[in-house]
Amino acid sequence: MSPKTLYDKIWDAHVAHQAEDGTCLLYIDRHLVHEVTSPQAFEGLRMTGRTVHAPDKTIAVPDHNVPTTLDRAKGIENEESRIQVEALDKNAKDFGIHYYPVSDIRQGIVHIVGPEQGWTLPGMTVVCGDSHTATHGAFGALAHGIGTSEVEHVLATQTLIQKKSKNMKVEITGKLLPGVTAKDITLSVIGKTGTAGGTGYVIEYCGEAIRDLSMEGRMTVCNMAIEGGARAGLIAPDDKTFAYVMGRPHAPKGAQWEAALAWWKTLYSDDDAHWDKVVTLKGEDIAPVVTWGTSPEDVLPITGTVPAPADFTGGKVEAAKRSLEYMGLEPGTPLNQIKIDTVFIGSCTNGRIEDLRAAAEILKGKKVKDGMRAMVVPGSGLVRAQAEEEGLAQIFIDAGFEWRLAGCSMCLAMNPDQLSPGERCAATSNRNFEGRQGRGGRTHLMSPAMAAAAAVTGHLTDIREMM
Amino acid sequence: MDKFNKLSGIAAPLPLINIDTDMIIPKQFLKTIKRSGLGVNLFDEMRYDDDRNEIPDFVLNKPQYRNAEILVAGDNFGCGSSREHAPWALLDFGIRCVIAPSYADIFFNNCFKNGILPIVLPQEQVDILMKDAEKGANARIEVDLDAQTITSSDGEVFTFDVDPFKKHCLMNGLDDIGLTLEKKSSITSYEAKLASERPWV
Ligand code: SF4
Repeated sequence: MSPKTLYDKIWDAHVAHQAEDGTCLLYIDRHLVHEVTSPQAFEGLRMTGRTVHAPDKTIAVPDHNVPTTLDRAKGIENEESRIQVEALDKNAKDFGIHYYPVSDIRQGIVHIVGPEQGWTLPGMTVVCGDSHTATHGAFGALAHGIGTSEVEHVLATQTLIQKKSKNMKVEITGKLLPGVTAKDITLSVIGKTGTAGGTGYVIEYCGEAIRDLSMEGRMTVCNMAIEGGARAGLIAPDDKTFAYVMGRPHAPKGAQWEAALAWWKTLYSDDDAHWDKVVTLKGEDIAPVVTWGTSPEDVLPITGTVPAPADFTGGKVEAAKRSLEYMGLEPGTPLNQIKIDTVFIGSCTNGRIEDLRAAAEILKGKKVKDGMRAMVVPGSGLVRAQAEEEGLAQIFIDAGFEWRLAGCSMCLAMNPDQLSPGERCAATSNRNFEGRQGRGGRTHLMSPAMAAAAAVTGHLTDIREMM
Repeated sequence: MDKFNKLSGIAAPLPLINIDTDMIIPKQFLKTIKRSGLGVNLFDEMRYDDDRNEIPDFVLNKPQYRNAEILVAGDNFGCGSSREHAPWALLDFGIRCVIAPSYADIFFNNCFKNGILPIVLPQEQVDILMKDAEKGANARIEVDLDAQTITSSDGEVFTFDVDPFKKHCLMNGLDDIGLTLEKKSSITSYEAKLASERPWV
């Protein structure tokens, strides 16, 4: 048998039909659904008299629109948001799919809930009408975002029409230095490859620094594969993966667990597998990084300075000019002198318990700088409960952070959590696009520890100075 | 879905790289549960000021481009969020074809599902068409999907590639789901195999 990559193996195991031109019907093991990208798909089913093909493989949770303030039991004020969440309530009920409503403690960001509940397992195909579905790749699952028409297609057929992508290997060798996290890895990779560097590829992240990451760190890395343009990001499952999955509510048990484990252990790239593209970074070369512009590829070590348009070539010159103007930054300014108004800790990139621990570690016994706004939005109700149990919540509250309920919140600001024009935010989320966190809002992406440090000092800060 | 065959229309130039779907349709317009009516909010934050007045400089606000049916843009068009609201907004505005050196994957697929043809051309050719588009309403660009050609207003002809299956669906306005359901027996036999080989799924 010819050697295969992990992606090849998962792909081959899911082809339900292959046409002569290579177009495949790929079987989907898990379909995750949220309120924003699904109403039109369910409506499409109703209009054509179709049903959900595999409701037991379909899991829905509202996350984008839900308020994260403590009084959210009183309902959603914005009418359109409320209608969207109510539509999901109704669709979940009408079509008989698994559902975690706003009132359920297990509710949270769909990409945090899936792994937490054991829906996401190694070797699966996982899709969701959401680009950050790539997160689930951390389990060695082929996971990617789809559009609403495709959501409807998966609901109706449990398959997707797909052509295979190319194989790309991103290897992070050696060890990370103190203060450097999974977020710094994933941002540094995008900084190196650009936001289109992965277009047409499925990335497998490997190397010692990746193996050393916890499952949560691996989710952070895969989460941003889409920001590098890739269809999906994958990490081969290992003992850490199996330990994380074991015992979760929807993970296999007993004899099925043993059978699953035996298959999962075959899920790795063969030694002489073919790669269409290889990118290698040395773990020791990665520094704590921040973004300065309005594209996730605008990444620099915190020790750097704001670049000038002339530092770039091609279309990037104009793009950098536009970014700097939007961000209100002068070329040559040291990054660690950039003043921050707001700190947002949360999102499917960095809203898990380890992220909150890392931020709390920095904040212990310290205060948010006067005049700043700071909030923590746990990724799920269960993450929130655990953080309260571990005393992290109290650390945040004592420091002056708002301690919120679970949801997407200011990651994309569809709910009332928004930046005002010109407001500058240190964010642990994944997109620094113009207007992403609110019209005119200015976003700098970074790790949870770096965001916490910025909350204390009031400016972008090298976390290594606070360790 | 409307069939796509030939299009002769005004092309609007948008010479920016990395135009993301947040720019194409900002999140505040994702709250709809419909597919229609998003055209007025296409490129909303670039098109209107804080008081919702049109920004005259923005290309789609210029009189000569109000009826544009083609968009010529920079590298990595449609990156970011998977929102299909982006092609819905383009379509609702009247855009049926985008020409760029490259696209983000999900956006590219979403276009085909909505009767929009995203064409990939090398940067040099996009540059020529960008110049052509800058001429405004006098310059109509012709797109022929069947022949896979684009003709500039000067009569220069470029050929482009398109996936044969996607082309077939677009030219015939076919519904993917209907096509897949014709292969239902393959899906059912796959599921039988799955139930015995990987029953935990
Ligand atoms: S947290 Fe942000 S990136 Fe993640 S699913 Fe929600 S909106 Fe999307």
